[in-house]
Amino acid sequence: MSDIRDVIIIGSGPAGLTAAIYSARANMAPLVLEGEPSSTSDQPGGQLMLTTDVENYPGFPDGVMGPELMQNFRNQALRFGAQIETVKATKVDFSARPFGVWVGDPDTAEPTYRANSIIVSTGAQSLMLGLPKENELVGHGLSTCATCDGFFFRDKEIAVVGGGDSAIEEASFLTRFASKVTIIHRRDEFRASKIMQQRAFDNPKIEIMWDTVVEEYLGEGQIAGLKLRNVQTDEVNDVQFSGVFVAIGHKPNTSLFAGQLDMKDNGYLITKPDSSYTNVEGVFACGDVQDDIYRQAVTASGSGCMAALDAERWLEDQHG
Amino acid sequence: MAGAVGTLSDATFDEEIGSATTPVLVDFWAEWCGPCKMIAPILEEIADEKGDAIKIAKLNVDEAADIARRFEVMSIPTMILFKDGEEAKRIIGAKPKQALLDDLAEFL
Repeated sequence: MSDIRDVIIIGSGPAGLTAAIYSARANMAPLVLEGEPSSTSDQPGGQLMLTTDVENYPGFPDGVMGPELMQNFRNQALRFGAQIETVKATKVDFSARPFGVWVGDPDTAEPTYRANSIIVSTGAQSLMLGLPKENELVGHGLSTCATCDGFFFRDKEIAVVGGGDSAIEEASFLTRFASKVTIIHRRDEFRASKIMQQRAFDNPKIEIMWDTVVEEYLGEGQIAGLKLRNVQTDEVNDVQFSGVFVAIGHKPNTSLFAGQLDMKDNGYLITKPDSSYTNVEGVFACGDVQDDIYRQAVTASGSGCMAALDAERWLEDQHG
Repeated sequence: MAGAVGTLSDATFDEEIGSATTPVLVDFWAEWCGPCKMIAPILEEIADEKGDAIKIAKLNVDEAADIARRFEVMSIPTMILFKDGEEAKRIIGAKPKQALLDDLAEFL
């Protein structure tokens, strides 16, 4: 039977690693299950691993690279004795205490790890369009990571699908390489913040196709373009693009907790007001997995601190 | 020298791949790619453990743009396994260690 730990933190973005820093400094010897590498935003370090310059994280007047910022978070957690494992949780049991967390085969009788408290910080990941051929075209002109792949579209015409801050950020970034970037948005106005919108309107390399949705990926084994439909006129057009970047929003990584933690209709975890408490006593949630409003690195980090303090105080009360 | 991860450039690529006696896994990467950084330590571990069967070399796509273009690398990390100088397998995207080992199993 595995040892019973004070706290296990599932997830390693700004929320999880801040929780790790605080709980390590409180001598709780946290174990962080940081996830596994992938080319989507579902990976160790979280969504910032797929960004370049982070310009709004306080304390970095000249900006900082996303991956570098997360490496700093990680090093800071390690410095205070957090144990970080590059594995993904495959099952949790929050029905009895100590709580159980499985890694690898979820069908084994005994959990891999057990703990008196759990901090959930599994974040959110980018949504894809869900159209046919999507999986086979990723890496062949269809990309989930502008910062990774933009470089390869030098002097090419590319499309960005979406209308929020991240879509415009990607489009602006991609104009460093591409000859032209077309933003394809299903409505006639952006969701993005005013400052980001202005950035798009001011950029001569960015063209915007309003009221337009993607019907189909064109190309075999390699993106050749998109079949687009105007939602006002129903007119359908095949447009050639060498690359397509999708930035249509995020979904929380909460399937692991289905049936155990209370969620909103959109899948985000519910926390009690002004706290990180979930519906299960001893299980705390922080970061984007429970935040469908702010979704910033700095708010995630702040809520990670709250979760660590909540867990520490709750554990103290248990020992009474 | 089994175990170490080598470095390739535009200038050395053909010579090194052409003369290799074992399969070579070339990791196309760049400084600004987060997922590339995540897999770097995994590739070091694989080089350490499987160095007798397979060589691992890194190729920086900023510095060796010609080679990246020749092999139509459009997404990084991309790992291409060369056997007898020819591309034998292509792996796109960062993956956990076991998934990479599974992909490479036939060459190990």
